[in-house]
Amino acid sequence: MSLLRRREAGIALALLLVIGVTTVVQPGFLFSAGGWRDLLLTPAILVVLAVGQAVVVITRNVDLSVGSVLGLTAYLTGRLFIDAPDLPLVVVALAAVAAGTLLGLVNGAIVAFARVPALVITLGTLYVYRGVTLTWAGSDRIDAGDMPRAFLRLGTQQVLGVPVLTIVAAVVLAAVAHYLHTSRGGRQLYAIGSDPAAAALAGLPVRRRLLGAFALGGALAGLAGVMFAARYGTVSSGAGTGMELQVVGAVVVGGVAIFGGSGTVAGAALGAMLLLTINRALPVVGIPDFWQRAVVGALIIGAIALDRVLATRRSRRLAAARDADPPGGTTAVGPAAPGPDHDRTRTEEATA
Amino acid sequence: MPNAAPMLRLEGVAKSFGPVAALRSGTLVVRPGSIHALVGENGAGKSTLVKIVGGVHRRDAGVVELDGTPVDFGGPAEAKAAGVAVIHQEPASFPDLTVTENIYLGREPLRRFRRIDRRAMRDGARELFRSLGVDLDPDRPAEGLSIADQQIVEIAKAISLDARVLVMDEPTAALSAVEVRRLFTVARGLRDAGRAVVFISHRLDEVADLCDTVTVMRDGAHVSTDAVADVTPDELVRRMVGRDVAELYPKVPSTPGEVALRVEGLESTGTFHDVSFEVRAGEIVGLAGLVGAGRSEIARAVFGVDRYDAGRVVVGGRVLTPGDPAAAIAAGLALVPEDRRLQGLVVESSVARNVSSVALRRRRAVLLPGAEAELARDWAGRLAVKAGALDADATTMSGGNQQKVVLAKWLATHPKVLIVDEPTRGIDVGTKAEVHRLLSGLAAQGLAVLMISSELSEVLGMADRVLVVREGRIVAELDRAAATPEAVMRAATPGASAVAEGGAA
Repeated sequence: MSLLRRREAGIALALLLVIGVTTVVQPGFLFSAGGWRDLLLTPAILVVLAVGQAVVVITRNVDLSVGSVLGLTAYLTGRLFIDAPDLPLVVVALAAVAAGTLLGLVNGAIVAFARVPALVITLGTLYVYRGVTLTWAGSDRIDAGDMPRAFLRLGTQQVLGVPVLTIVAAVVLAAVAHYLHTSRGGRQLYAIGSDPAAAALAGLPVRRRLLGAFALGGALAGLAGVMFAARYGTVSSGAGTGMELQVVGAVVVGGVAIFGGSGTVAGAALGAMLLLTINRALPVVGIPDFWQRAVVGALIIGAIALDRVLATRRSRRLAAARDADPPGGTTAVGPAAPGPDHDRTRTEEATA
Repeated sequence: MPNAAPMLRLEGVAKSFGPVAALRSGTLVVRPGSIHALVGENGAGKSTLVKIVGGVHRRDAGVVELDGTPVDFGGPAEAKAAGVAVIHQEPASFPDLTVTENIYLGREPLRRFRRIDRRAMRDGARELFRSLGVDLDPDRPAEGLSIADQQIVEIAKAISLDARVLVMDEPTAALSAVEVRRLFTVARGLRDAGRAVVFISHRLDEVADLCDTVTVMRDGAHVSTDAVADVTPDELVRRMVGRDVAELYPKVPSTPGEVALRVEGLESTGTFHDVSFEVRAGEIVGLAGLVGAGRSEIARAVFGVDRYDAGRVVVGGRVLTPGDPAAAIAAGLALVPEDRRLQGLVVESSVARNVSSVALRRRRAVLLPGAEAELARDWAGRLAVKAGALDADATTMSGGNQQKVVLAKWLATHPKVLIVDEPTRGIDVGTKAEVHRLLSGLAAQGLAVLMISSELSEVLGMADRVLVVREGRIVAELDRAAATPEAVMRAATPGASAVAEGGAA
């Protein structure tokens, strides 16, 4: 547990470092109204997506369709404003979230019942959902003028210096983190990702949990769609294209193991913030475009390498602990005090 | 309480998978406060019976009663809720969760707002381990737990569920002697607490040591149920196989020849240290020791699968390149690994393809099906592999026959030195004797055999010399006359000579 905490602290530190260095080069990066706002506002959508993706990845699955879900729900949001101008904002937002949930459920149902790897299924629905948007929207585009002023204001408005979208992302993060940590269902998601076969043997409701994870991922992608519409004011049929890779990258950088079972949504959120902040910081410090992409790539590879190193070190430490304390040292055997020979081996291992 | 009403009663239970009758007439009556052994060859229907009791399979016919009430479990969860827990040989745990979470998963104690009460949960786990008399940290992750400890976690889980019937499915197969003893202490504690324990094992000495009643199964049907004191192990073996086993360890005396394998000062930091030994042609050398002592690691390093930091391996006068199994094979070394499903056998491939996979790879660029079949037929005949056809998938075969296929695969390379790691693990008594006869015969023909085995009687019965490994070092070398069970166990057990004498607990 302490290891995991340290992992999140590490990302937070990296994030502060990036912000610090960039601010030294260009003080306006942090110390200006716009700089402060961008710092918090830019990652908000990706954070929401990353939280949803983290929940799916923890179950040893992946949802590649989130970019398409975002596009579809963002377009739906705009469409509703045009076609049903009398609907309250909340109802429109809920409709988009519900649509996202439904799309997530489709993913989850195929994964849970047909037992086809999520990578393949969601790659398929990535194209299907995008296809729906393309057919529906055509070359049509929703502009700021089509949406109510009050809605668009949410995209930029701040409360006590914090953008509304950032508050939404923070609330989502806190709620999901709380669920994962303190509820039975949350712990079961970790168990399923840790060993799916064992989860079924243990009688856990695996299918229901997988459906739930994908539904939550879809719902959050739907919410991200609403946020996207509010933030950018224009929605074309291509909205959110390629975003799935950014999201998976954020989750991996955030220390959520791609093989499931470990990691936290807080880490994933920090990963999202780190990726986007670096993206904005590199041009400021004058690093050319090619290197900007390479840095993001290096970050992802570095995160996975770090995971491997940590995992290897941990299993070695646990194995060493087992050697140092063999099951002979329990009450079942009685006076099995470790002899001098045994102690010597232990010190050797400690020094090695 | 031998005469108490049965806690669990199965009668005439049958189960078929397609045309195959896995269980024809399973009968088992277990009373509270009893440890009941269930023995039989592989394929006798024990596992199917256990799966029906544990709710994994549904029976086709017959009666299952728990405490006198007929039951029909729709899944493992239902069986658990009714108080039946199955402890598998290699329990499925969740490595990323803590030990405590593993025990309480899905039924964690809750506080207000359905939040998990972590403190209550941890205290509960601690109390469970205390009552079992074992020392396990409830907060550590399950990752890295030994199989023995994983079983203890499973047992703790079963007790926390207040399971009245605990079925242990070959729990000792992968355990060291010390771990077995701890498990037995725990099992006796459960018995004394009035629970019913079903103990499945291939090791009849354990049955005699632990159990009070023994049920024998053969070919999917009940053969006999007796008090353990009333039957001899020989009689049990006869009933299990339905025929006389001529001799369990048919060791053919042989005269050792030239040194075929020489290992000098092999060293791998943190795994094994200064390992030196020789194996001569025609000799079987046993590598004994506790599970986890580093025996398999030594074998893997010798074969070149794993790297080593110092020392060298000489086969037939040639020094092998470290970390190069292909060179080892070319020099005449063969390794039959511990876990045949994972490392030795391509279970989805045909028998013919498996047998020929190593031998033919060395000779031709293109594999001709004819050559494959010829080679396979030859070796399958010599080893008496029972497979419907050579082009059948290896996955359809029993463990014993799979092991023979792996052996055939390596023998087809005409090795000078054969390393076998746990050659008879999970194999029934009849096939076991066949494997032993085979190894002994091969040694008599001049093959040098290095045999790793956790089954002491197997090592002592088969080996000309026994090397004992403890914590990565060879601590004793005993010839056939000096290798008594006590001598080997005393050398193998870290720092506790008391264990060897008075540790029956």
